Amino acid sequence: METATAKSAHPVYRSRGLASETMRRLKKNKGAIIGLIFMVLLVVVTIASGFIYDYEKDIIGQNISERFKAPGLEYPFGTDQVGRNIFARVIYGARFSLAISAGAVAIGLVVGIILGSIAGFYGGLVDDIIMRINDVLYAIPNIMIAVVIVSLLGTNTFNLLLALSVSATTTVSRVARASVMTIRGQEFIEAAYAIGVPTWKIILKHIVPNCLSPIIVQTTLLIGTTIIATSSLSFLGIGVPAPAPEWGAMLSEGRDYMRSAGYICVIPGFAIMLTVLALNLLGDGLRDALDPKLKK
Amino acid sequence: MIRFIIQRLLQLIPAILISSFIIFFAMNLTGGDPAMIIAGDKASAERIEQVREEYGFNDPVPVQYIRYMAGLVRGDMGISYVTNKDVFKSFMARLPATMELAFASVFFAVLLSIPLGIYTAINQNTWKDNLGMVFALFGVSMPNFWLGLILILFFSLRLGWFPSGGRSGIISVVLPAATVGLGLAALITRTTRSAMLDVIRQDYIRTAKAKGASDRAVIYKHALGNALIPIITVIGLQLANVLTGSVLAESVFAWPGIARLIFDHISKRDTPMVTGSIILCSIMMCLVNTVVDIIYAFVDPRIKAQYVRKG
Repeated sequence: METATAKSAHPVYRSRGLASETMRRLKKNKGAIIGLIFMVLLVVVTIASGFIYDYEKDIIGQNISERFKAPGLEYPFGTDQVGRNIFARVIYGARFSLAISAGAVAIGLVVGIILGSIAGFYGGLVDDIIMRINDVLYAIPNIMIAVVIVSLLGTNTFNLLLALSVSATTTVSRVARASVMTIRGQEFIEAAYAIGVPTWKIILKHIVPNCLSPIIVQTTLLIGTTIIATSSLSFLGIGVPAPAPEWGAMLSEGRDYMRSAGYICVIPGFAIMLTVLALNLLGDGLRDALDPKLKK
Repeated sequence: MIRFIIQRLLQLIPAILISSFIIFFAMNLTGGDPAMIIAGDKASAERIEQVREEYGFNDPVPVQYIRYMAGLVRGDMGISYVTNKDVFKSFMARLPATMELAFASVFFAVLLSIPLGIYTAINQNTWKDNLGMVFALFGVSMPNFWLGLILILFFSLRLGWFPSGGRSGIISVVLPAATVGLGLAALITRTTRSAMLDVIRQDYIRTAKAKGASDRAVIYKHALGNALIPIITVIGLQLANVLTGSVLAESVFAWPGIARLIFDHISKRDTPMVTGSIILCSIMMCLVNTVVDIIYAFVDPRIKAQYVRKG
């Protein structure tokens, strides 16, 4: 009752949590919402495709009599050189890009946050060692790092994740280090020390949560770049091996038929581009929502 | 000024030493036993041990590294396991193709992105700005090997204007450079736009306008001049990146560059070729970064003044 009367007299300013405040600002950003909806749809569709299609028969099973059917009513995206339904392969294939990138970025987040906060918190020699190695890895283009790691260690899922996580790690640790350094000197950290909280607990409970905004933004953008990197490696023949319907692998297979059936190459590329575009829109929106000062 | 340049060049030495050591160490760790590769699959244990002794593979890694770097200074980086050719010479033979592609792409990107970045900044929050930003967003979201294939499909197979691969004169660099350049253009456009927006709001821009300078003079002389530092930074970074990171474009267009050299040899476990090429690439990157630093001093009188005062 009291709030109702207060409302009629003058607006009530409730304080919102970071999550709800961010969501409120995000809703105003059309691009971010489109990106978010696209990503949710993609996840739902790719999970559903696992129930609709039979992997052995519909996804990798060959059907030579149906080959090179141009996009039309029966096959919305056409069929490829061995008669597989490209539509089914593209939506089924989303799981590879999404799972591998999410996995690699998750590894990058854990390792990057640990290394970055250690470097930023302690400074000195530890910081120097971590950041110099980081600089070297950062200077080499990530695709080259990934190529070198996968080729040397062998092509399998674990090595692929490891290779892709390196560039995520370098980015996350830089971002984490920079945020930790700005927060380290603030009074509430000093206060935590004064009441005797152990260092590891200060880092975990007080410093890391305060660095989350830039890390969340980076994560969204990193998943996008990692999706491109995953498909690039598959395109080069050292990522997800054919006949799995990974988008890059599909592009690589379709290359030989470009003259006669260009759509085999064009469609998986669109899938990659739209997914990464959606993640970029979402990432940009999150940046504006989490840190309105940066908005231009 | 000369003192500053010499100082920056001297700072290169530790940077090169640190990065080459890390690369050398990492390759040593994962590259497999070189003695076994040299001696061959069927060699006896004694023969392998003999090779190890002969080539010094039994020495500690730092000793091997010092020996390696001493060789590098003389241009001797060992012999490829696969082609039996000199590593340094093989690298240098591929360098012109890579440089050609890198500079052509950056040139293409700059030509497109700086005017676009300025244009979107001046028209901030209008449909022109939005259109430009959508273009940039598509540019960063597009996998560049796919863009390469689309360009081949259209300009080479359909229209027949450009060759679809190989390196044969100036015409053959157009499609690969456009492929790499478009991705770069997207990044540089975004940087140029935000740098220009930062500058346009400054007081001295208002002053320049107030004293009656033309729009053109304000934008190109007062604003762009001050926005150049972040733009040069991102161009330098991208140049360093495409010098070694164009493996996809090189593979799509059968371009005989360094990235493909590394890619082709790494699957054959050709450690000397791969280690050597990556170390030489890292040296190139350090050089590009140093040149960018020196350019800062020329572009920005504030940075120049710092060194003149000290020197």
